[in-house]
Amino acid sequence: MQYISIHNNQSIALKDIPEHLYPAFMKTNIELLNDNPARHCVNYFGYRDADGIRLICCIADDDLHQIMVSSAVISSGTDLASLTAQNHHFEKFEREIHENFGILYSDHPWLKPVRYAHNRTDKKEKIENYPFYQAESEELHEVGVGPIHAGVIEPGHFRFICNGEQIMHLEIQLGYQHRGIEQLFLQKKKLPERTTLAENIAGDTTVGHTTAFVNLWESLCGYEPDQFLKFSRTLALELERIAIHTGDLSAICADIAYQLGNAVYGRLRTPIINFMQEWGGNRLSKGLIRAGKINYPFSDDLAARLNAVLDAYEPDFTEMSEKLFKLPSALSRMEKTGVVSYEQVCGIGTVGMAARMSGLNRDIRLSHPHDLYGSFIVHSPVIKHHGDVYSRAQIRREEILQSIGYVRKLTAELPEFKKPENFTFLPGKELFVLSLVEGWRGEICHCAVTDQKGDLIVYKIKDPSHHNWMALAQAVRNNEISDFPICNKSFNLSYCGHDL
Amino acid sequence: MLDNIKILWHQGKQFIPDVTNAKAPGIFRGRPVITKEKADETALVEICPTHAIAGNPVRIDLGKCTFCGECAIQFPNKISFTTDYKLSTNERERLVIAEGDENPILVNPARVRKEIYRLFGHSFKLRQVSAGGDGSCEWELNAANNVQFDMSRFGIDFVASPRHADGIVITGPITANMAQALEICYQAVPDPKIIILAGTDAISGGIFADSPALDRSFLSKYQIDLYIPGNPVHPLTFINGVLSLVRKQK
Repeated sequence: MQYISIHNNQSIALKDIPEHLYPAFMKTNIELLNDNPARHCVNYFGYRDADGIRLICCIADDDLHQIMVSSAVISSGTDLASLTAQNHHFEKFEREIHENFGILYSDHPWLKPVRYAHNRTDKKEKIENYPFYQAESEELHEVGVGPIHAGVIEPGHFRFICNGEQIMHLEIQLGYQHRGIEQLFLQKKKLPERTTLAENIAGDTTVGHTTAFVNLWESLCGYEPDQFLKFSRTLALELERIAIHTGDLSAICADIAYQLGNAVYGRLRTPIINFMQEWGGNRLSKGLIRAGKINYPFSDDLAARLNAVLDAYEPDFTEMSEKLFKLPSALSRMEKTGVVSYEQVCGIGTVGMAARMSGLNRDIRLSHPHDLYGSFIVHSPVIKHHGDVYSRAQIRREEILQSIGYVRKLTAELPEFKKPENFTFLPGKELFVLSLVEGWRGEICHCAVTDQKGDLIVYKIKDPSHHNWMALAQAVRNNEISDFPICNKSFNLSYCGHDL
Repeated sequence: MLDNIKILWHQGKQFIPDVTNAKAPGIFRGRPVITKEKADETALVEICPTHAIAGNPVRIDLGKCTFCGECAIQFPNKISFTTDYKLSTNERERLVIAEGDENPILVNPARVRKEIYRLFGHSFKLRQVSAGGDGSCEWELNAANNVQFDMSRFGIDFVASPRHADGIVITGPITANMAQALEICYQAVPDPKIIILAGTDAISGGIFADSPALDRSFLSKYQIDLYIPGNPVHPLTFINGVLSLVRKQK
């Protein structure tokens, strides 16, 4: 057997993952991906065990609704051929393995540090000495932006190589946000601590990441969540999507200097996040999603309130969107700006909106359903084809309306709330589990491995931004540097989700 | 043109007229109150993910609290969260709420540097530095200047350059990788200057407090002028906090 096929949130015995010699492992995973856009790498990581460094690679097949997992053992300090040389899905994963374990890939085209993690092998490497790509030319100049940006956002460095106003190349250097989250998951043993960590992976995706964590944890501990918990998570995910997409449309308007759109979408976000505060006491849903329980059960009163909020939201949203998406001065800034082609997104392995903008049908809600997706909600992804700012804005507009439909359907009849019995969450021994969630930004993947005592020995997080930052770097090529902000905003990627 | 006016008209009045007395909607978790009732203190201390609760007598440190509300769910007779969003102070020790303490949290005017009211009372420009912040506090600081909260009405703004700023607002637990950038940014702000810590992560490190990836040495070098708790900081908490620092309270 070359690999083991599992479905989303399925725990399997670690020993059931087929182990190969590295060349066979490479061949298996490259062949799985060959010319099949329905497949992509959702996670690839290494960890130290008694045998050396164990690599685990997870390839998802969106048509078969399966994830194919295989492994290999290598020793540290070895030179290996890279998977990236044959398929770019592995680019950042292998850089991470290189940074954390000192593996030297002989033919990796871009073997640079990823985030200057505190547990990196080479402590002499410092973030201020990042080796930027340089072009020796009298014609070209460089523009450096960050780590601190003009606005109130997270830090990261962008290095442009420009010919006049035109961007030839953009290199995105991250790592400033590195807080050592994956290590803290192992260091902190209590469930409330780990849940709080999950909530802080990326603050704008609190529901997405916490849902990935609790689904994973419940699977690892053999707990089956009831309908009410699944309902709560699905509802919160859709509300988070509505809120952030609305805020993103506001930000896109700000970057094309369209004041009306900026103000209207900006204020329309408020009733949604204020509703999250009415439901769970926090505008960003912190404290809401918990393993095996919910501290703030959704009620019929809240359902009525929410529907009233949406009744007021919808006409104003529709009116504003009809205006924006017909406005020539707005369209001229959004259309054909920041284009990423279908071939490019397939090559990078982008996820979420950054895949659907270019005609790649990739949405976990359809392909690897969790919670109430695939049963109560049969999702059909919003797909666009131009891969430009306009496509990304259109996806948001349509997904908001789609999510409102889902929320109305979910809240039409609430599942019965039962106070959960006291369940002791003890993870099984020597297990591997993988959890996929479609957050508003795209696919979130959490993986965990336990040892013979049931202790966590690996907690691996992949935010959708992991792949999608590369799509942004490609999008801005040949655009004017003045269009960088709108390109950036139309992706709205996470720095902390990447840096961990 | 007419469409634009129609859209504007349909928005109605959005701004909050009085942000110093507005009510936070729903079950907002603000300043906690601890009763003197007997409770299993060991269990209570144990459930807090960030060690914000101490026993004998019970107290909560809002500089460490993530406001998840777990303690109030498990010990409803002992701890409850009020909707009071005025949580800011210039004294770190005031963030520790003791049993029976129901007093508002205030800025101690005696410890505000004397030039602050005169220089910054009517115009206060801030440079924000996210140093490992998860994006949520940054989000709420942006919201503080949207059409509803409209912080600019008080002359308080975020500016792009530290050269134009009167102080910095730090969010996040301060990662080692951001320590140098933070220091450079602070040095670029002209004197006299202010340091504000916004959010639990900035004040104590929050859930990341014992992470080896942090470098919080900046905080021991300089005086902190204002602590604004929250996870994330609510826009009302932020605006009222800053106002209570730069304007003399009547």
